[in-house]
Amino acid sequence: MATQIRNPQSAIRNPVVAPRRIALMGNPNAGKTTLFNALTGMRQKVGNYPGVTVEKKEGRLRLAGEVDASLLDLPGTYSLSPKSPDEEIARDVLLGLREDTPPPDAVLVVVDASNLERNLYLTTQVLELGIPTVVALNMTDVARANGKTVDVENLSRALGVPVVETVAVRGAGLDELRAALSGSLAPARPPALRLPENVEAARSAIAEALEPSPDEAEHEEAAVSGVATLSAATPGAATSGARGVALRLLCGGAPDEALRRVFGPLVAEALEAARADGLTPIALAATEAQARYAMLGPVMARVVAPVAAPSAKPDATGTSQSKPARTFSDRADAILTHKAWGLAIFALITLLVFKAIFSWASVPMALIEGAQTWLGDQVMARMADGPLRDLLVQGVIAGVGAVLIFLPQILVLFFFIGLLEDSGYMARAAFLMDRMMGKVGLHGRAFIPLMSSFACSIPGIMATRTISSRRDRMTTILIAPLMSCSARLPVYWLMILTFIPNQRLWGVSLGERFFIGLSLHEVVVFSMYVLGVVAAMGMAWLFKKTLFKGPPPPLMLELPPYKVPAWRNVLVTMWERASQFLKRAGTIILAISIVLWFLLSYPKVDAASLKGPDISPAAGIRPGPGHAPPIAEEPSNEEAAEEAASSDAASAREEALAAAQMRDSFGGRIGRVIEPLIAPLGFNWKIGIGLIGAMSAREVFVSTMGNVYAVGDADETSSPLKTAMQRDRWPDGRPVWTPLVAVSLLVYFVLAMQCISTLAVVKRETNSWKWPLFMQVYMTALAWLAAFAVYQGGRLLGWG
Amino acid sequence: MQTTLDTLKPGDEATVIELRGEPETTGRLMEMGLVAGTPVTLLKFAPLGDPLEITARGYHLSLRRQEAAGILVELRTTD
Ligand SMILES: Nc1nc2c(ncn2[C@@H]2O[C@H](COP(=O)(O)OP(=O)(O)OP(=O)(O)O)[C@@H](O)[C@H]2O)c(=O)[nH]1
Ligand SMILES: [Mg+2]
Repeated sequence: MATQIRNPQSAIRNPVVAPRRIALMGNPNAGKTTLFNALTGMRQKVGNYPGVTVEKKEGRLRLAGEVDASLLDLPGTYSLSPKSPDEEIARDVLLGLREDTPPPDAVLVVVDASNLERNLYLTTQVLELGIPTVVALNMTDVARANGKTVDVENLSRALGVPVVETVAVRGAGLDELRAALSGSLAPARPPALRLPENVEAARSAIAEALEPSPDEAEHEEAAVSGVATLSAATPGAATSGARGVALRLLCGGAPDEALRRVFGPLVAEALEAARADGLTPIALAATEAQARYAMLGPVMARVVAPVAAPSAKPDATGTSQSKPARTFSDRADAILTHKAWGLAIFALITLLVFKAIFSWASVPMALIEGAQTWLGDQVMARMADGPLRDLLVQGVIAGVGAVLIFLPQILVLFFFIGLLEDSGYMARAAFLMDRMMGKVGLHGRAFIPLMSSFACSIPGIMATRTISSRRDRMTTILIAPLMSCSARLPVYWLMILTFIPNQRLWGVSLGERFFIGLSLHEVVVFSMYVLGVVAAMGMAWLFKKTLFKGPPPPLMLELPPYKVPAWRNVLVTMWERASQFLKRAGTIILAISIVLWFLLSYPKVDAASLKGPDISPAAGIRPGPGHAPPIAEEPSNEEAAEEAASSDAASAREEALAAAQMRDSFGGRIGRVIEPLIAPLGFNWKIGIGLIGAMSAREVFVSTMGNVYAVGDADETSSPLKTAMQRDRWPDGRPVWTPLVAVSLLVYFVLAMQCISTLAVVKRETNSWKWPLFMQVYMTALAWLAAFAVYQGGRLLGWG
Repeated sequence: MQTTLDTLKPGDEATVIELRGEPETTGRLMEMGLVAGTPVTLLKFAPLGDPLEITARGYHLSLRRQEAAGILVELRTTD
């Protein structure tokens, strides 16, 4: 809290206080974040407001005289009558309604000079609160390019606050801004707002209840709220500040509990009386908007050069707007949102982003994998065998690798998202795609996150923050993992290469080697992608009809002018997202990876018990004495002997030991326990272990299968694994693996939630464990039902 | 001539008369400047037919047809 003005006596004598806690306010896209980055450098920390998913960004700002102030980047808002959780935060922080965030001593309002009138709407609302304010008149370069000049002197006089011209992207005006914030800051004197009489009366009643009388005992307590403190600072302004606060309380539904705590019961009662008279926020929204724009008309006429001045008078503006100069943005838009070109260019950009995440990111990913292997080998070579070494190599190093492996994709996606956002194209992408996404009740902005999820749903889910409606955002998050991510591909290939014949369905052969057309393999892989998309759309539709029911949130999408992206903003976005992922999700992923490793490695199998004469890879999967009765029919001894002879005896023993270890581990036991649950899908306990292993990452399924089938390290193309799988039998002698089971497993993998990293990110983005849990449950149920339908249906048709 | 915003053709200019519909939506549209008396120009429809793009008070805004249908305007003849 602002302790330096805690004592109202000293505050009255000395209103010239250097602010210590400054809040940054402004319309969306006014340049708050750019200005914030420029003013604070990298000295910022990002967190969450407790209980909501809104991001809280705070940084240090150096003022004159080596004084540090803290700068808080509030969410962009069009008005202080909030319509979304983000906007509520902005209002609540300013009014001191949030317990976790003390109210600011001063506000820095960022105003987009090229869009002055609408920006002044919010600005005057803030000024009326009586908090000392400085206005940063930003984007003056854009305004000038559009042929508008803003008279800064006149604007400053009209608003009664210091106004500083800035161009945040170029760092222009920062010193002047620092100087203005370091100096004397008196509460503003905004122009008077003329409201209907009944509203005025209610407002005065609340303002009187708000006004703390100096003699009252609870004065000190009241002074803790920023508004009261600052009201006390200058007696003359106190009344107008309280009247501003009163209007905000009338116009926005602040929670009653917070109202009573901060402003006391008198205020709450006055407010209730006004509500009873029909002065509800909904009724007042139109009244305030009419009155405020009427008030702004004359201000605009005075400060903007008349040539391009939009004014409240229809006739005057009508003529000036009918022939505006075609700006660069208008010309760019003629192509970029053109009926044919617009869609074609959008498709190209989409493909480029997809390609980048899918293939370009694989280069650094391979490097990370290589480094992980190298480090593991180093430790293996240097440390004595034992549980500590295993923990280090298979638990910690592999776990850290599992976290870092996502970094390239996150960085690449946010590089592009940063570019697209900062250039102004992202809003156009939403404009182009809204119709399509709207069919299942989603926002146009959901397209990019969902498309990114084809590479990996983790950056995709992190990218949903551009969707402002909570219901839309939650739906998008919940369906994102249904898009087939790149980690599913190895599993798809293993199933397809092993069990699906590679028939050519359609096309022409050019000689022996070249074939143009479609093969069954390609059709199956493609169908898996389609299945994911169809399921996602269906679930989106379902969620919007049930969990997130309600009228579709309006689009109301501002299309800002195109700009050359600011590299700094792009880099800051990438850096922020990467570091948030590492800090918040990374720790959870690491912890769960270690738990999974433990489950598959303990309890330890006694190697001596396996040193019998029948050591062979096949023996490895025979349950030892004291375990559950054999479930799998073993291959004949002859075959086993052949295999043992053909491979190196020592490595065969190792592989057998690994298989026994896997089988008797906690994970293996769970696999056997859950067999009855997955048997209706055609899966045996070995596949069950694979599914457990796949929780650390889906592609781990393949290497887990390699261990379970005692063929050592395996990838999707290794033929020993294929052979071992094809030989596996149920106790009654039926083969476990048939093409039908393969398809059932494919369908399961398309739909199931098998990625703790995704769950960790959902937890981080939604700020609760409820949603990741729900995601796990609904996706598992969906996958189970679909695989069940495929397997049992197939058997009924006689395919299995 | 009185009509609703969604029936305008690209290039048409009009003046806002009244906003109808979901109070949350109309309230926000008014705060964004679409109060009675405000001149608006319909710029274009998205390639897939919805949403549409208008300009008012010097900035560009995209609305769905459904929201635009709640905005009653007076069409000003353009010649
Ligand atoms: N030409 C120009 N562009 C600017 C200026 N300040 C910011 N920008 C650009 O304007 C865009 C929006 O800036 P942001 O800083 O993200 O705006 P914001 O107010 O934080 O937006 P929200 O977080 O969405 O509320 C970015 O593309 C910036 O690069 C400026 O003074 N001149
Ligand atoms: Mg921002």
